[in-house]
Amino acid sequence: MHPLHQILARAAGREKVKPGEFIVAKVDLAEINDLYLQVLLSFKEMGGDKVWDPQKITFVMDHYAPAPTIKAAENQKKMREFAKEQGIKQFFDINRGVCHQVMPEEGLVWPGMMLVATDSHTTTHGAFGAFSTGIGATDMAAVLLTGEIWLRVPEIIKINVEGKIRKGIMAKDIILYIISQLGTDIALYKAIEFDGEVVKDLSLDERLVLCNMSVEMGAKATYIRPDEKVMEYISHTNSEKYKEFKSVKRTNNINSEVYESVYNFDISDLEPQIALPNRVDKVVPVSQMIEEPIHQAFIGTCTGGRINDIKIAAEIIKGKKIAPWVRLLVIPASSQILKKCIELGYIQILLDSGATLATPSCGPCLGAHEGVLAPGENCISTSSRNFPGRMGSTDAKIFLSSPATVAASALKGSIADPREFF
Amino acid sequence: MFKSIITGKAFKLGDDIDTDQIYPGRYLHLTSPEEMAVHVMEDAVPNFYKKIEWEDWIIVAGKNFGCGSSREHAPRAILCAGIKALVAESFGRIFYRNAINVGLPVLKYPEIIKEVHQNDSIEINLKDGLITLYDPERKISIEKYPTQLLNILKSGGLISYLKKYGKYSY
Repeated sequence: MHPLHQILARAAGREKVKPGEFIVAKVDLAEINDLYLQVLLSFKEMGGDKVWDPQKITFVMDHYAPAPTIKAAENQKKMREFAKEQGIKQFFDINRGVCHQVMPEEGLVWPGMMLVATDSHTTTHGAFGAFSTGIGATDMAAVLLTGEIWLRVPEIIKINVEGKIRKGIMAKDIILYIISQLGTDIALYKAIEFDGEVVKDLSLDERLVLCNMSVEMGAKATYIRPDEKVMEYISHTNSEKYKEFKSVKRTNNINSEVYESVYNFDISDLEPQIALPNRVDKVVPVSQMIEEPIHQAFIGTCTGGRINDIKIAAEIIKGKKIAPWVRLLVIPASSQILKKCIELGYIQILLDSGATLATPSCGPCLGAHEGVLAPGENCISTSSRNFPGRMGSTDAKIFLSSPATVAASALKGSIADPREFF
Repeated sequence: MFKSIITGKAFKLGDDIDTDQIYPGRYLHLTSPEEMAVHVMEDAVPNFYKKIEWEDWIIVAGKNFGCGSSREHAPRAILCAGIKALVAESFGRIFYRNAINVGLPVLKYPEIIKEVHQNDSIEINLKDGLITLYDPERKISIEKYPTQLLNILKSGGLISYLKKYGKYSY
């Protein structure tokens, strides 16, 4: 069995599971964000009184942090009250950051676990060797009530990324390219494993980007075999799980029969990539879009606001000023990242260049607040989606790229190739 | 109430209609059915809600309908707006399960977009896994729901299912 199937089998209390089967699986952690008051409404409607296990539930206030409207403030208030009355201690308020960064930092993610969260980008945690998937509000209410979820066991697609990463190329370039080649529905109802020398060489921050963006190919979950980088991280965040996992004997070979299909990519010649407005799979090399004017540049979110992302941007921007007509928004993905970036001087560099800093949250990624776009505006962003209206007006255009490309573009005031700054 | 036979007029939509178009992020703080219904499909089809207000409709779409975010608002808003069912070539997976969980029948059929014209009458038989099209009259067999999912739909969604049974049946 594939390691993801092993996780599902354990969670379903079975020896084996087969792709296509329907199972009921026990959940190790359920995360709820501040978008979905419906979770609590559905829970009450189901006749819910006490949650199944307050230790296995966490709330993260990230999409509307801090609350931009009275209604959002009210939703957060009701969640705080619910957590308190149910004895849910792992409540991360508006001062903490984006759930997909906060959960790993808090030691709530480990290899082999079964994680569900009310956010589609929950595929992120496959980078730690977890089975993690996004679910909706009523699904989550059922988890709060029963600790279980119904799932169809997914087929597994393997994506090998080989070659040598050229200077100026980041995980975002790689995954945008892969999405453009495989399409937005290649992994519908399926899971993706990433492997290959490039993936092994990538830092954990960068691997999270591959797994995060896999949902844009329809993936239900992702997987990267946990290695010493993951173990090193877990040893700092959750020593108990670290010891537990370390003592488990694992085979390094996964039988190739477990894969429904295998795709191989060599990224040795890859140039910086950019997704053009409205489609994540409409991707071209940045060099084809040079001089397209931009009004806003955004560095942040669960797929572009980590230390490595902000570091690269600061390196490119150091000692320079952004174009006077551009707003450069910088929103670190968590309070830990923000503090670290202050300590390392990155935030000072970015502020000196003319950047606007906001506290850790999802920011304008989903068009809720903190930098929504006016009709006719162009935004280049490290975020994950460029659907019509995603970041404000449906008449605004969103380009997706790596933090390096966003930083270079902010300096030029138009889409720019970051390689000229290295 | 659950009906195994659903009828309506086809409202056709394209490929990759994402959840931001079905239910824009700017309305995610709303939770009441009436408030949500009026914004359905707002960024995909102007005045969609007005267009569907007075008749029974079945949405017929291309591939990957409901891709994107995990927002249950998307199928909820469709349901609240009175849409009877959806048939698409494929669905975004979270949308698919959210639809079942809120009691909105969603069906997959690979060629559906070519088979149906805008405003065509459609009949869906959930129990037998059949779609009937007219002019000329023909029946298309579709994959039947696995028992677990049919039971959730029959209960009118996951809320009533769990209210009734208290837990999932294995």
